Amino acid sequence: MIRLNRRDFLKSTGVAILGSALPFGLVKVALGAKNPAQDFTFGYISDAHIQHLGGPNFVRNWDRGLIRAVQEANLLSPRPDFFFFGGDLAQLGTQEEIDHGLEIMSKLRGKVHYVMGEHDYYLDLGKYWESRVGPQYYSFDHKGVHFVVLNSILTYDEWTFKKWPTPVDRMRAMARLDNPEGSPFLVGDKQRDWLKKDLAKVDKEVPVIVCSHSPLQKIFKGWNFWTDDAEQVLALLKPFRKVTVVYGHVHQVQYNQIGNISLHAVMATAWPWPYPKTYTQVKSTLPVLTVPMNRADPFFERDATGWQFIDWKTGHVDMHYQLPNNKDRAVAYNRKTGRPEDTRYQNPKNRIPPQNHF
Amino acid sequence: MRRIVLGLSILILLAAWAGAAEAPLGLPKAPIPKDNPLTPEKIQLGDKLFHDERFSSTGKVSCATCHAKDKAFTDLLPVSEGIDQLKGTRNAPTVLNAAYSQSQFWDGREPSLEEQSAQPFLNPVEMGLKNHEPIVKIVRTDPEYVRMFEKAFGMKAQQITMKEVKKAIASFERTLIAGDSPFDRYLYGGDKKAMSPAAIRGFEIFRGQGRCVSCHTIEHSHALFTNHQFHNIGVAAQRMPANLNDLRAAVQEVKKKGVDVAVLSNPKTESLGRYAVTRELSDMGTFKTSTLRNIELTAPYMHDGSLKTLEEVVQFYNNGGRLKETDPVPELLDGGIRPLNLTPEQQADLVEFLKALTSSQFIKK
Repeated sequence: MIRLNRRDFLKSTGVAILGSALPFGLVKVALGAKNPAQDFTFGYISDAHIQHLGGPNFVRNWDRGLIRAVQEANLLSPRPDFFFFGGDLAQLGTQEEIDHGLEIMSKLRGKVHYVMGEHDYYLDLGKYWESRVGPQYYSFDHKGVHFVVLNSILTYDEWTFKKWPTPVDRMRAMARLDNPEGSPFLVGDKQRDWLKKDLAKVDKEVPVIVCSHSPLQKIFKGWNFWTDDAEQVLALLKPFRKVTVVYGHVHQVQYNQIGNISLHAVMATAWPWPYPKTYTQVKSTLPVLTVPMNRADPFFERDATGWQFIDWKTGHVDMHYQLPNNKDRAVAYNRKTGRPEDTRYQNPKNRIPPQNHF
Repeated sequence: MRRIVLGLSILILLAAWAGAAEAPLGLPKAPIPKDNPLTPEKIQLGDKLFHDERFSSTGKVSCATCHAKDKAFTDLLPVSEGIDQLKGTRNAPTVLNAAYSQSQFWDGREPSLEEQSAQPFLNPVEMGLKNHEPIVKIVRTDPEYVRMFEKAFGMKAQQITMKEVKKAIASFERTLIAGDSPFDRYLYGGDKKAMSPAAIRGFEIFRGQGRCVSCHTIEHSHALFTNHQFHNIGVAAQRMPANLNDLRAAVQEVKKKGVDVAVLSNPKTESLGRYAVTRELSDMGTFKTSTLRNIELTAPYMHDGSLKTLEEVVQFYNNGGRLKETDPVPELLDGGIRPLNLTPEQQADLVEFLKALTSSQFIKK
């Protein structure tokens, strides 16, 4: 059985590359000696949505989701090189929420690179975030790979600065689903200019990984699974031979290939999406449900949430989803077909029946 | 005289066997595997094997040492003691109604009563045998056993193996089922006076604010009080491996000694729970949901016997998985465990309900 799970090296029987015709060693050589990218692993925790209820109280469910992910990540062996946090640490962008989230994240053993989410941004336009976490967009290099972190959840100035009476109104508006007064996400002119200059210094053979919160695609506008200037951003990335975009926001498994660019979504630690009607049967702290769905197991509060680690091999992301009480799931790059594929459920015959805890 | 005693025991066991065919009030029929149908001869043989102290290195320990009939088939100790009073790390679960479990042991490491029965013989802190050979030797040479195995399995002495020993012990254990408690009479027997008012209030809490029924299930026509799953409810949070190095060391020990020996010899390895068996992080520190039937009789509680009374148990759950509100809660705590905000009266009522789960044959009047 092909095992792509490196979560517990004490139990794994071996690692293989999906769809590879070449043995592992030869693949490394094939990449070229110019700037040989090494293999490494990094973890990705995202969408914690820490929510303040007042006083010392925070929504317990979202706290526990993040605490669990951090603890599991601490037990990952061998250790990943570093971690990303994919955005939406807070739910309504308050200092209490950001502080509480960072406190939980401080238990994570390893360096963390943070990506900004709209729930972190729209209360004070990133001021507190910058003071505690760092810049809203930046880049760095690691073992031959160029990483770019974008703040892709900006929007049009008119909406951001002129439309709302108070910052709280603006934050709440952005937190709604299917908001008729909503506004699509943007990377924006300023950041695209910065990206162009940043990428100009990078050789086209160097693999590029872009981490953003919103999808850098146009998937579903009502829930802002959308970036309005996606085409322009992707156009800047197109000249590079190996590009991967990793994004959060959607709280579900998604993957796509646009030309030479692979795109991967990460799971949320807080709540799944779509979320079932049972979540809203009692007074709920979730956004008002606009489209009832029936997917997650209502008897298990962590179903359809999770975190992930990424195996970087041969210039492509293999995303290993860590789903509590569920089969591990990996979306890996298939070199035969030239796109990411779910390693377990590609074949309709391999689909598992819905989870039942009773 | 001996024949009369024998005859009487057969009669009693026949009654038990007949009783087993018809389930007690509140329980379904005990599942019986196709390859081990229940017969009076097997039951009687299993009873003898269960009580035989020769199957230990000191000749003083049998299954009944830790699963004693007069102690509701447990030993009333926090953790069990085997040969030379050697202490293990886990609390002896009751054999009563174990026949309904989908897996055996606190971590579910054996799938059946048959498979479970063979393990304690080989554990250094239980019966301390190096292998099963002494047992096989005894059952092949003791004339009483030879006669009973022939009747139960139609086998000659030299044909007897551990497989038959396991089947007989399991058959005996399948008769140890007990329902018909005040709760059963109230819910399934239609007797609205069967439980006290306090217990009735406690039942509402069990199904409502207490959230107990999420894992300790009650169904339409019967109640096993277990969902057969494994949960980390916060017991002994402080003993769990705190970091990767501790975890690596514990896993190495499990691989070296095997789960059965490793978990009973080392409290840190013990605290891994089902993780030691499956190596899935979701199973870290998880233990099987116990039945609650006859719970009043099987103190102390939890997999390490750390909770002494039912009052402590309710307090533990009320505080969201800890005895004192200042105790730590593990990061991997099951999400179903959370503070319940029960008043002292509600907690007392819940305890009364738990006491109403004692089967009628054990109720002292």
